[in-house]
Amino acid sequence: MLRIGVFVCHCGHNIASAVDVDEVVEFARKLPGVVYAGQNLYSCSQEGLGSIKKSIEDNDLNRVVVAACTPRTHEPLFRRACEQAGINKYLFEFVNIREHCSWIHAKEPEAATGKAKKLVAMGVAKASLLEPQEEGESAVIPRAVVIGAGISGLAAAASLLDQGIETHIIESKNCVGGLLREVAVIGPEDIDSRNLINSLEKRLTSSPKAHLHLNSRVKEVKGFVGNFEVTIAKGDEDITVQAGAIIVATGTREFQPAGEYGFDEYPAVITQLELERRLAKSDFAASRMAIINCAGSRQPGREYCSRVCCNASLKNALRILDKNPDAQVTILHRDIMSCGAAAEELYRRASERGVRFVRYGLEKRPQVHAKENGVVLEAFDETLDETIDLDLDLLILATPLVPPEDSVETGKHLKVPRDKYGFFLEAHVKLRPVEFATDGVFVCGSARWPVSARECIWQGQAAAAKASIPISEGKVRIEAITAEVDPDRCAACGNCVLACPYEAIEIVEHLDTMAAKVNEAQCKGCGTCVAACHNDAIQQKGFSSRQLGAMIDALIRTATEGTQ
Amino acid sequence: MSEFNPNILAFCCNWCSYAGADLAGVNRLQMPPNVNVVRVMCSASVKPEYVFKAISQGIDGVLVLGCHIGDCHYLTGNHRTAKRIPLTAKILEKVGIDPRRVQLDWVSAAEGEKFQQVVTQFVDDIRSLGPNPMKEVRF
Repeated sequence: MLRIGVFVCHCGHNIASAVDVDEVVEFARKLPGVVYAGQNLYSCSQEGLGSIKKSIEDNDLNRVVVAACTPRTHEPLFRRACEQAGINKYLFEFVNIREHCSWIHAKEPEAATGKAKKLVAMGVAKASLLEPQEEGESAVIPRAVVIGAGISGLAAAASLLDQGIETHIIESKNCVGGLLREVAVIGPEDIDSRNLINSLEKRLTSSPKAHLHLNSRVKEVKGFVGNFEVTIAKGDEDITVQAGAIIVATGTREFQPAGEYGFDEYPAVITQLELERRLAKSDFAASRMAIINCAGSRQPGREYCSRVCCNASLKNALRILDKNPDAQVTILHRDIMSCGAAAEELYRRASERGVRFVRYGLEKRPQVHAKENGVVLEAFDETLDETIDLDLDLLILATPLVPPEDSVETGKHLKVPRDKYGFFLEAHVKLRPVEFATDGVFVCGSARWPVSARECIWQGQAAAAKASIPISEGKVRIEAITAEVDPDRCAACGNCVLACPYEAIEIVEHLDTMAAKVNEAQCKGCGTCVAACHNDAIQQKGFSSRQLGAMIDALIRTATEGTQ
Repeated sequence: MSEFNPNILAFCCNWCSYAGADLAGVNRLQMPPNVNVVRVMCSASVKPEYVFKAISQGIDGVLVLGCHIGDCHYLTGNHRTAKRIPLTAKILEKVGIDPRRVQLDWVSAAEGEKFQQVVTQFVDDIRSLGPNPMKEVRF
C-alpha cells in the first residue's frame, strides 16, 4: 500500500515569504496516498534531514516527496537520506517550489501558493507510481587512453602512469608537446617550455606502462565507461585498444586571420606564433613593432576572449626589448586581460620599459598600408581621441586560439558535445569541469577552452584524477534512469535503434521472434527512444509514460478543483 | 467573469532548459505563475501523446523547452524534438486546436532571461487565445 510522506521546505524566507507553507502542507495531506505531510525550516540541514528520516521510520513511509529547491543540486542529498532510512532512493521525488515558484512569483503570494500546490500534487502523483530500482554495475578495464600529447595530455598521462595505470597516448604529429613546442618561453614566469615538455616526456618514456602512438589518430570509438574500444589509425595499420576511460586533450591551434590587417598580403604582418618562432632564433632584427591584440576575437562570430594572448603579447614585448633594448614596441589592445599577480607584474614591467599601449575600438579598426620593408599602421587611439600613424618593420597579430580542424570528428567518435565555437563542452562548468556528460570521457586543457600551459597541467592532472576513479574502483554504477523494452509489445521496427544517440539498442532474438534490447551500461537515460517508439514498448525508469501522464492528470485535477 | 488564468504545462530538459529555469529563479526574474514545469532528461523524450493528452484534457498550452541545437546533452536528441513538436502542433491543428497552444523553444542553462521571456510571451499568447475549448468536453 502507498504510504507517501510530503515534506515542504520553508528554506528560511526563500520559500515561505511567497508560499504559504502551512496551506501547502494541509493540501498535501489530503492527496491520495499521502499519510504524512510536514514542514522543515531548512530541509537540507542536518536537522531537516534528521526529521525526514525519523518521519520515514515513524510513519512507515514508502515514498518520499520533498518540495524545496532544485533536484539539480539537492537530489543526491535527499536520496541518501531515504537510503539511510531504509527506502530505495528511487522512491524519492523532488518538487521545485523555490527556483520555479517562490523566487519567480515573489510578489504574488496567493498565486505562488496555488502553483506550489499544483507542483506538489504533480510530484505526489508521480511518486505514487515510482518503483524501486537497482543500479546496475559493470566492470572497468584498467587502462586509459589519452588523445593528444600536448602539455595537457602529457600531464594527464604522466599522472595516470604515476598511479600505475597503463596508458595509451595518441598523437597526430610526429612528436609530443603540441602547440607549446612552438613557444620557447612561457610567461609570466619565463619558464623554458622545452624543459617542461622534456621532463614530462621522460616520465612517459621511462614507464613500461606507457604506449605512445605518434602520427596516429582516433579512427573509431565503441563502448561505454569502463569498456571502451578505441581503434587507432597509425599509418596503414589499425591498432585496437580496450580501455576503461578516455581523456580528450586535443588542444588548440592558432587562428590564421586570412584577409585581416593585411595578413597574407604583406610579409611584415605575422601572427604571434610566427613571432615566437622568430624570437627563438638568434638573428631577430626588427626594431619597430606593433602587436594587435584581439585580432579576430571578441568580435561578431568569435566573441570569446582567447585568454592567453594578452599575456603572450606582454611577454613577447619584453622579450623583444631584451633582445633589442632600443626597439619600439606598441601594443594595440581593447582591454588588457592580465589577471593574477605575476601577469599584472608583467604588464607593469612592460609599461615601465616603454612599451606603448594604444587602445583601439571595433568601430575604427587599425588600418594597414603598404610600405617598403614593412607596413604603416594607422590607428585611432581611443584614449587620445586621435589617429596615429606607426611606421613598422613588423606587425604582429595576436589571434585567438581555435579548436583543431578535426575536433568535429573527435566529438563524433566520442559522442561528446562542442560549444558554438567548436570547443568541447564539459558536463558542468563549475561542478564537473573536466568531465563530459558521457561517463568515462574526460576533457582537459585548451580542447575545452584556451588556457595557459600552467592551467593545462592542472586540468590534465585533474582529468587524470577523475579518470582514475572508475579504473581504481574496478566497477561503475549505472544510474537507474535507463530505458527498458517490453519485448512483448515490441514490434522490432528498429525506430529506437536509429533514435538512440549512443547506439545502446539492438534488435535481438526474443522467444521465437525479434525485439529491441537496451544495453543498460551504454544507455545514458535520455529517453529519446521512448518517444520514438510507436508501441509504447519502451519506458524510461523514473520517467515512464504512466508517471508523466499521472503528473498531467494531477495538474488538470488541481486546477479544476481550484487552488488559486 | 473572473480573468482567464491559463493552466500551462512545460516540459523542460534536465540539462539546459530546466537549468535555465533554475537560473531565472536564482536571479529572481519575475514571471506569470501559470507555467508548471515537468522535468524530463531530454526534450526528445517528450512524446506527442503527452501533448495530446494534456490538450485533450483541458491544459491551455504546452511548452516544450530543450537545449539549443548543437548543445544537446545527448548530442542530437533535440534534432528530433525540433521535428516532432511542430508536427504535434500541426496534428492538433488538423483537429481544430490552435497550434499556437503548443510551442517549442530553446533555452540554455545560461539563459535565465530567455526562460522568463519565453514563459511571459507564451502566457500572453495563451491568454489572447482564451481557454482551451477542450476544457468543456469532459472525458
